[in-house]
Amino acid sequence: MNNIYYLWLIPFFPLVGFIINGLFGKKLPKPVIHWVANVAVWSSFTVAVIAFFDLLKVVPGQRILVDPVYRWIFTGGLAIDIKFLLDPLSAVMILVVTGVGALIHVYSIGYMHDDPSYYRYFAYLNLFIFSMSILVLASNIVLMFVGWEGVGLCSYLLIGFWFEDEEKAYAGRKAFITNRIGDFGFILGILLMLVIFKTLDFVEINKILIYHGETLSVTALTLIAIFLFIGATGKSAQIPLYVWLPDAMAGPTPVSALIHAATMVTAGVYMIGRLNLLYAHAPVAMAIVAAVAGATAFFAATMAITQNDIKKVLAYSTVSQLGYMFMAMGVGAFAAGIFHLMTHAFFKALLFLGSGSVIHAMSGIQDMRQMGGLKKYMPVTYWTFLTATLAISGIPPFAGFFSKDEIIWSSFASSRGGVVLWAIGVITAIITAFYMFRLVYMTFHGENRSPEEVKHHIHESPAVMTIPMVILAILSVIGGWVGVSPVIGKLFGVENSNIFEEFLHPVFAHAHIHFHHYSEATEWWFMAISVGGALLGILIAFYLYIKRTDLPRKIALKVWPLYKLLFNKYYVDEIYYYLFIHPIYLISLLFLWRFTDVYVIDGVGVNGSAKSVRFTSRILKYWQNGDAQVYIFSFVLGVVLVLGYLLLA
Amino acid sequence: MGWKGLPLISIVTFLPVIGALIVLFIDKNEGKLIKTTGIIVTSIDFLISLIFFFAFKAYSPDFQFVEKLPWIASWGVNYYVGIDGISLFLVLLTTFLTPITILSAWKAIEEKEKEFVIFMLLLETAMLGAFVALNLVLFYVFWELMLIPMYFIIGIWGGERRIYAAVKFFIYTAVGSLLMLIAILYIYYAHYKQFGFYSFDYEDLFRVVFTFKEQLLLFAAFGLAFAIKVPMFPFHTWLPDAHVEAPTAGSVILAGILLKMGTYGFLRFAMPLFPLATRAAAPYIMALAVVGIIYGALVAMVQKDVKKLIAYSSISHLGYVMLGLFAFNLQGIQGGLLQMINHGLSTGALFLLVGVIYERRHTRLISEFGGLAKVMPWYAAVFMIVTLSSIGLPGLNGFVGEFLVLVGAYKAAFAEYLKDLHVGHFTFVVLAATGMIWGAVYMLWMYQRVFFNKLTNPKNFKLPDLNLREAVIFVLLLIFIVWIGVYPNTFLSRTEASINKTINRVMISKEAYFNRGRAMNASTIRITEVERGLIVEKVPMGEGR
Repeated sequence: MNNIYYLWLIPFFPLVGFIINGLFGKKLPKPVIHWVANVAVWSSFTVAVIAFFDLLKVVPGQRILVDPVYRWIFTGGLAIDIKFLLDPLSAVMILVVTGVGALIHVYSIGYMHDDPSYYRYFAYLNLFIFSMSILVLASNIVLMFVGWEGVGLCSYLLIGFWFEDEEKAYAGRKAFITNRIGDFGFILGILLMLVIFKTLDFVEINKILIYHGETLSVTALTLIAIFLFIGATGKSAQIPLYVWLPDAMAGPTPVSALIHAATMVTAGVYMIGRLNLLYAHAPVAMAIVAAVAGATAFFAATMAITQNDIKKVLAYSTVSQLGYMFMAMGVGAFAAGIFHLMTHAFFKALLFLGSGSVIHAMSGIQDMRQMGGLKKYMPVTYWTFLTATLAISGIPPFAGFFSKDEIIWSSFASSRGGVVLWAIGVITAIITAFYMFRLVYMTFHGENRSPEEVKHHIHESPAVMTIPMVILAILSVIGGWVGVSPVIGKLFGVENSNIFEEFLHPVFAHAHIHFHHYSEATEWWFMAISVGGALLGILIAFYLYIKRTDLPRKIALKVWPLYKLLFNKYYVDEIYYYLFIHPIYLISLLFLWRFTDVYVIDGVGVNGSAKSVRFTSRILKYWQNGDAQVYIFSFVLGVVLVLGYLLLA
Repeated sequence: MGWKGLPLISIVTFLPVIGALIVLFIDKNEGKLIKTTGIIVTSIDFLISLIFFFAFKAYSPDFQFVEKLPWIASWGVNYYVGIDGISLFLVLLTTFLTPITILSAWKAIEEKEKEFVIFMLLLETAMLGAFVALNLVLFYVFWELMLIPMYFIIGIWGGERRIYAAVKFFIYTAVGSLLMLIAILYIYYAHYKQFGFYSFDYEDLFRVVFTFKEQLLLFAAFGLAFAIKVPMFPFHTWLPDAHVEAPTAGSVILAGILLKMGTYGFLRFAMPLFPLATRAAAPYIMALAVVGIIYGALVAMVQKDVKKLIAYSSISHLGYVMLGLFAFNLQGIQGGLLQMINHGLSTGALFLLVGVIYERRHTRLISEFGGLAKVMPWYAAVFMIVTLSSIGLPGLNGFVGEFLVLVGAYKAAFAEYLKDLHVGHFTFVVLAATGMIWGAVYMLWMYQRVFFNKLTNPKNFKLPDLNLREAVIFVLLLIFIVWIGVYPNTFLSRTEASINKTINRVMISKEAYFNRGRAMNASTIRITEVERGLIVEKVPMGEGR
């Protein structure tokens, strides 16, 4: 294990940016603010690139570089370090985070230019990059948790960025609390880890698992894996804790792109990648991951069909795509999951930036029913958006095709997968293509349906916004070419076409997940089915939203209960409210506080005993009223009683 | 003796009294001068107390800067004070918070300033005395002495129901203390019976051996006094009233330091003096602690008054402390002790923050506010950071404490689990960990209703942001909130040795405990516990006394 003493600079630069803008931003002119923030994040990106090349210089088997900064918590046998770790996995992730992050910082200059809280926005954004790079580079699970909660905080602050709107402030709070529920599981996982492994360092844990994995209790490992996955369902919006992500769209759109699509929400996937060995030792936990992921991918996709808010569609799509990633992790196709994480970061960030560009042009309107025909007004946005849509739909040779196809194939071929998961993957792919093209057609094609006063202002976004989009569009095309599956590689006469997987291989090598072997022909067939499915989805969308625009309404009316169910997102929010939130509130208010606290403990108990003392003394005081006759009477009475007792006894 | 021949502890403890004497001679109309004097004296006191921090030998489990003078020698009452890792940071917290509190009252208290400052100074002496006292009579004197200034602070400068709250506070605590006094006397006579001379000295009383039954009763008597102070559910109802009625300064001291007397008492006296009873009671106390964590949080959630909300949140936080202490391992107790400090900083800061808005609007009802972040951005930012510290966000102080408490409780659960399948503890940990959810629920909900949403109440339109005086206060607090979060080792390294010593005393085996008694009765042997094992060393009688 070698050292890499400059890794700390990656989180350091954005931290400085945050401090500068946070403390002095209010008085700084706008250009200074965004220069500070951008220089910070671009510096981090540069360091990340340098670190990446330094990592490449090391022999593949030994690509673990660490940067010990200082000992954070040290008590008894427990030592937790601030220590950063660079291996192929964190290298990929940090490049994505700082790279996409940097592009979105640039885009934000254009998007947020009118906002009065410009400094606050960039301060938070820098804080996010800081936290996220801590999360990614952490060499132990507690430090990862620091980043994990840190990004949650940034998410909270940025969702509720326009806090004067109660709905937005609420959405931020909902995100934080939902995440906290997940983190509750995460921290239990950490604690159990400490008990089982006696260390929290990833490298150490892996060593223990490699050499003594068989001696550890499978139940304990499964519990750890499940606890940590609960955390992941919060952060990465999986069933049952996904409910915050659609509401998180209340934040500024670049934030949705960066935090709620490209980077933060993938933290759970990354965590499982980090601890792949642990999960590999806990097959039950992996099965749970795969099952939850499959369900999430499918249900979220169905919810996306009926949404009319452009960002909501993308939000459910993100949930669904995260489901794909977890599906990969659940069947042990770790590299495929991380691969999809990367390509998704490109095209989903682009989709959000594109939608931001649209919303920007539409003076804030997000309802697709008021859009239409934007293609001619905003060509750059349209073409980049279309690229990303093709990518997410899984059309070759766009990036999403390679990663998604690998996942779908693995879900079938892996010994931990099966035909059911595969079928879910394909059906979801069809739905994905459908709702994405529905979105494109409703937004960019057909007649413009926007109000007159909005129509005048529709314009292409400035270069500061479109350039990041173009770069992401290029990445959405070529980003997948690093992970071409061998069958296709062969077609083009390229050996080792999947350099991405090869690069990550050392990280996942010890997991030893068995993949069934199938003939190339089978693989081709499966590929054809998923691409065919995607094309089918596009075709349906084309028919419904270009050819027969009257049909969607009719269909909706025909299957009205189902439509309503989907439109209301299966009423999950309402169920949570009436099942948990409201009862807890009422119990706390009426039973715990008013009854137990005020009435029983304080009323009956405390003041009751005070009152009984007062009552007793009030009665006793009549004997002490200063009236001599009463005293003499009681005296005589006493004497008589005593004498009587003595005589009789 | 002392530090380099100086009776440093006495200087720090009694400097406030001298300050009070000075204030006594200032004209009562010179309010500003009186407060300035108070601030200067307490600040000097804080600066002097920093010597404790720097001169403290981190890896020694023993009392340092010890001073011992006979007071009523024939009764075994000595003026005996010292500081170890357990009391070090509590002393520093006290000297740190007092000047801040007086500074915070600069505008809030504008009548009877002289009395106010005098009471604050006396209170500081009493609190410091209780933390450094190593003789039970001395401790008891300081313990009771704290009540009086606090009683007046609530009763004179409090809100509408101040008299009710002050009396309730006084009687509640006094009831507990009386039982403790009886227990102290019992120990004292037991010591005489076993050793033939009278002593109230801390180290002497450890040699006394009690039967299990005696221990239970004594632990109950001490425990009740401390549990009321903590306060543990269900002895907590004095707290919300006291906090709501007390002036800001009173609340800060109450939450920041007085509550710690309870948990400190457990750690310093009740636990090591009665180890067998402590261990037997542990599951019940842990259960009450967990109930407190959840109950306090849920009741805090439904409060309409910000101050009451924070008061109930204290019950929740102190539940964590108790859970940590009764885990009987290093991480648990360090976490508990750290949470005491953290709670002093964070909740102290929260009460100060509430005071800021109360000074401007003379109300603390959540419904009166909304959208304050718009008019008071700095105030909102500070409030946010303190809120995050209170709900245990990693990187700030609260997380380290909570995490260590959970680690400790978890380890205890597994130790038990492996030994006799006692799964009760495991449930405690899971339930306690839900505290991190509830904390976020009540704090952020309150935060949203006060700072976010639309600014609708016209009375809030022109609220001024933090002024320089207030900013100084919060910057000071934030420094330590961040420091402990980022570099907790400052704290951990200095407390470890003393805590290990206490753990050894609590975890002593039954045989060793009663054997100690037999050996003691030979009256020539003193026990020192080193690390886990017990080492018996022969020391001539009377050494070190």
